[in-house]
Parts: sequence; structure tokens; C-alpha cells
Amino acid sequence: MKKWFEPLATAWVGVVTHKLRSFLTILGIVIGVAAVISLMSIGKGAQEEILSRIETLGSNLITIRPGAFTFRGVGSAAGGAQTLTIEDAEAIAEQVPYISSVAPYYSSNLQVVVGGENMNSQVTGVTTEYMPVNNLEIASGTFFSESDYQRGAKVAVLGSSVKDTLYADADPVGQQMRMGTIIVRVIGVLESKGQMFGSSDDAIFIPLTAMQQTVAQPRTAQGEKVVSSISLTVSDKEQADYVVEEITSLLRTRHQLGPLDDDDFNIRSMEEIAEAVSEATGTMTLLLGAIAAISLLVGGIGVMNIMLVSVLERTREIGIRKALGAREHDIWLQFLIEAAFLTFTGGIIGVIVGWVVSYVVSSMGLMTTLVSADIVILAVSVSVGIGLFFGFYPAWNASRLNPIEALRSE
Amino acid sequence: MIKLQDITKVYPMGKRELTVLRRVSLTIEQGELVAIMGPSGSGKSTMLNLIGCLDKPTSGSYSLEGREVSRLGSGELAGIRANKIGFVFQTFNLLPRLSALANVELGMRYAGGVDRKQAMEALTKVGLSDRANHRPTELSGGEQQRVAIARALVKNPPLILADEPTGNLDSRSGEEIISILTSLHAEQGITLVLITHDANIAHHCQRIIHLMDGQVVSEEKV
Repeated sequence: MKKWFEPLATAWVGVVTHKLRSFLTILGIVIGVAAVISLMSIGKGAQEEILSRIETLGSNLITIRPGAFTFRGVGSAAGGAQTLTIEDAEAIAEQVPYISSVAPYYSSNLQVVVGGENMNSQVTGVTTEYMPVNNLEIASGTFFSESDYQRGAKVAVLGSSVKDTLYADADPVGQQMRMGTIIVRVIGVLESKGQMFGSSDDAIFIPLTAMQQTVAQPRTAQGEKVVSSISLTVSDKEQADYVVEEITSLLRTRHQLGPLDDDDFNIRSMEEIAEAVSEATGTMTLLLGAIAAISLLVGGIGVMNIMLVSVLERTREIGIRKALGAREHDIWLQFLIEAAFLTFTGGIIGVIVGWVVSYVVSSMGLMTTLVSADIVILAVSVSVGIGLFFGFYPAWNASRLNPIEALRSE
Repeated sequence: MIKLQDITKVYPMGKRELTVLRRVSLTIEQGELVAIMGPSGSGKSTMLNLIGCLDKPTSGSYSLEGREVSRLGSGELAGIRANKIGFVFQTFNLLPRLSALANVELGMRYAGGVDRKQAMEALTKVGLSDRANHRPTELSGGEQQRVAIARALVKNPPLILADEPTGNLDSRSGEEIISILTSLHAEQGITLVLITHDANIAHHCQRIIHLMDGQVVSEEKV
């Protein structure tokens, strides 16, 4: 205990006797650590924010889209093929386990007219399952019912931006609107979901059965009704991979694909998307951290510089200590502890400053931030490591001084 | 206790070499009080540094308390300095940032550990118990040298080496320092080797060794 306390006390005296110099040395580390903490917290905050938005879209959501189709060697974009059908959706709902609901939809761009307002909007024909599957919530009015769906009622539910564009502050529920060739009655408005991933805010939803009366829904060669996409939710997130496999083999059979054919559809689970997004933002966070780490490195070089000066200045002290019987490792340890002590203090202050900065940034509403414990621990231990690394050479220099020459120096 | 045999010390000076000690042989018994005199450049300090294990001879053998130390490594020499030898310098060599007491404690730091009570006793022995918390800059030259003596004796070494301990002091303080040193020798039987220019001081000792050009030219018993 005492053996450790004495070098620490000596280091403390060394730091305190040169207050301004110690402060300036520490400042480099403080800025470096604060930069790492605040930038990493901004990166982490952005990541959490994006992931939580994905969560609102439904983390147990799986989306099936048609694959790219190739016609005489010319490929279209993904989703261009017309391979998914309502019948596919029904088969999935019947045959694949762990599925809570299946929502096929077909969407098309239609001209929508309300009074003098006229806009081209994406109109999506959906089943009643669509709302729970996509975590949608009603802001006013209602969603259409199962019986509305069965009889192909001409009713519409508006996304929040569509409502803002067409009706401004007025209440659209009960109003009529012309949509292509038919007149529909607005029965509800959706809560805004925020602008992400083809937001539902910009869409108008009508029963798929009504859609089929308005737009000629294409049919496949087998006479099945084509849909744009099928979304579904799994009852058990753990089983998402299994469900994806089952759907793949079911659809391959239904689409009569040979073993050498590529899938003519794409299945993406929200889990996968969340993983990809989290990986991308993680990389960004790491990049921010790396840039901040450069300033930490510069701070470390500052520490080395000061320690070299300090050794030079205290040559006589080193000589005295050696005459009193200090061994090389005593001297070496003394200066190394002093360097580590400086950077440790700098690390602690840097964490506090970085935390305050990220708190201010998030409370000003500029960005969401998240200071995580592992980054704090990392930053403090890295700063101590920097002290040990950059203090090593000056300390070694000090320990190697010849005692007689050191005693003679002024 | 100290036995130097054919000790030669050569310093490289650029391309030339400077021979500071030439085949010096010398024996100092346990409990002796010895003065080394000689003009500057005669090799007094080099000899004291060699005896104090701060330096190694170029050739020759040195045995301290029967142990051959001329070929030891720096770590072992540091151990001998820590436990066996107390130094008193002309320029005191106290650490300016530390109090008198802390300076004395530093004398024990590398010799097994600090004991505040023992450090205080050493300060009392040199008559400075009331100055324990003063910094060196707040003390007179004589008082600083007394702190340095307390630092040297606090670990109870068998050997104390003093390199012109009164060189920076007025004659009254010098007398005080010499009387402290001689009484330590008389009461505790410490072996004391000191370098001096002052014949009066040298005559307080039992034996005077005269050095000239790196060689012992004469010895006289007092």
C-alpha cells in the first residue's frame, strides 16, 4: 500500500508545483477525450434514433417485394416484375407458421381532386390487416372495416401529409374526393409516422377490393391477381429467419421455379434492415470517434513534450534521489506515474466536458445524443494508456541519467 | 571498512583522456574520522564519489565492509547507497518544494520506507525540530546543511561522506556543522569521510589524507 502511495504522492507534488503547465498539458487530453465522448455520443444517439424509428414501423415486420424481371436480357429495377399475387398472400397466411397477419397491397399513382386542389398521389389498395401490420394509428375518424372491404366500399383513409395538402386545417372526414374515375368518401386520417422508408404519410389507403374496380389490376399468366407487395408480421421475432425460409420455399413452389432459377421476389425482414442501418451508423460513429481520437493523439504528444522538459528541468532532483539510493525503476516509475496521473485527470475532466457538450447539444434539440458507459470507460483508459505510452520515453531518459552529472547540473 | 586498491579513474574528454585518479590505494577503518585535503582538480571529489558508489573505477578494486563493489551493476550500487551511505554536499542539495521534514523523509524513501517519527528524531538531533515545516528557502545556509545531515543520518548508515560540507557557510555555521558531525561520529561510531580546504576543520579529524594530481601524497595522524 505504502509502496504505491509514495510515488503517487510524489507525482501529485510534481503536478501541483507547476499548476499552469499541468493545466495546459491536461487541456490537450481534455479536448481529445471531450471530442471523443461528444462525437461518439452524437453518433450513438443518431443510431438509437434511427433504430427506434424502425421500431415504430414494426420490428417484427417482413416485406415481400417482386424481384427484378429480365426480358430478353434487359433487367428492370427490383420490384418491376409482376410476380406476387393475392393468392400468394393467402397461401402464406394458410401454410406458414408463426405469422400473425398478412397484408398484400397494390398501389398506383392516381390523380386526386378535391374542390380546386388537384394532386397526383400514391393510392394504395389494402386489406384491413394493413393497419396493424404497419403499426399505423388513426388520428381522426376510423379505418375501413372488414365489411367495407368485402363489399368494396368506396372509402378512403388519408396519410397526414396528403390531408395537409388537400384540406389544410379543415376536417376531411365525411368529405368526398374524386380519385381517377371514382368518387370516394374520406372516413379517417392517419397519425404521422415521420419521413422514413416510403412513409405512409404521403399515401391514400382504400380497400383493395375498391381499388380493383378503379384500376385494372394486372393478372399473371395463371390468372392470379398481382399485388405490389406483401407485408406480414411474425408472432415470434425469434422465428423470423425460419418464416423467411418457409415463405421462400413456398413461393418458389408456387411460382414454379426450377432449382437453378433465381428467386423472382425479395424478402426483407425489419430485423435485417435494422441490422444494416445499425451497422452503417455504427461505422459512422466509429469514423467520428477516429477523427476525435486524432486530437487525443496530439494531446498525448503534448504530454510527452512536457514530460521531456520536466525531466530536463528536474535533472538535479533526479541526481539527489539517485544519491539517496533511488534505483532506475524508482525514477522511471515516478515520472511514468506523473504522466499517467496527468492524462487520467485529463480523461476524467474530458468525460465531464464531453458529457456536458452532448447534453447541451441534445437539449438544444440539435441532435439526439447518448453517452454510453463503455465509451466513457474506453476514453478514460485510453487516456491513461496515452500517458503511459508517451510518458515512457521521458521517464526512461530520466532513469538513465548519470547521478554525478545530474547532481552537477543547475 | 573501506579498502581501495590501485584505483584508477579515467574520464574520456573528447578525443583525449583525463586521468583523475592514478593507482590510489587507501584503507579506512570502521569508526574512523578522516579528512581528505588537496588542491582543486586533485581528484578528491572523484575519490569520494567512488567511495560513495556513485561512480565506478576504471580499474582497481574497492571493497566496502568486505564486499567487492567495483564491478557491481547500477541497481546494486543504488541499493548500497540507499542502505549504507549518507551524503552531505557542499550545496546542500535539498528539494526546494519539500518541507525540511519531507526532505529528511526522502532519505528513508529508498531505504525501506518512510517513518515520520524517525525523521522527526533526526531533525531534533540536529536541533531543527521547530523548523520541520519550513521550506529550504526559509532556512539559513547552516540550517539547510543541518537538514541535509539529518537526511543523511536518518537511515542510520555506517558511513557518511561529506564533500566540503562547510564550503558555502560562514565560519560560525561551519563550526556548528563540524561539531554536529564530530559528535555523531563520537556518539554513534559512524565512519565519517569529509573533504575540506580548511586546515582547522581537518584538525578535528583523526587522520588527514593529502591528494595531489590523482595520487595520495601524504597521510598524517592528528
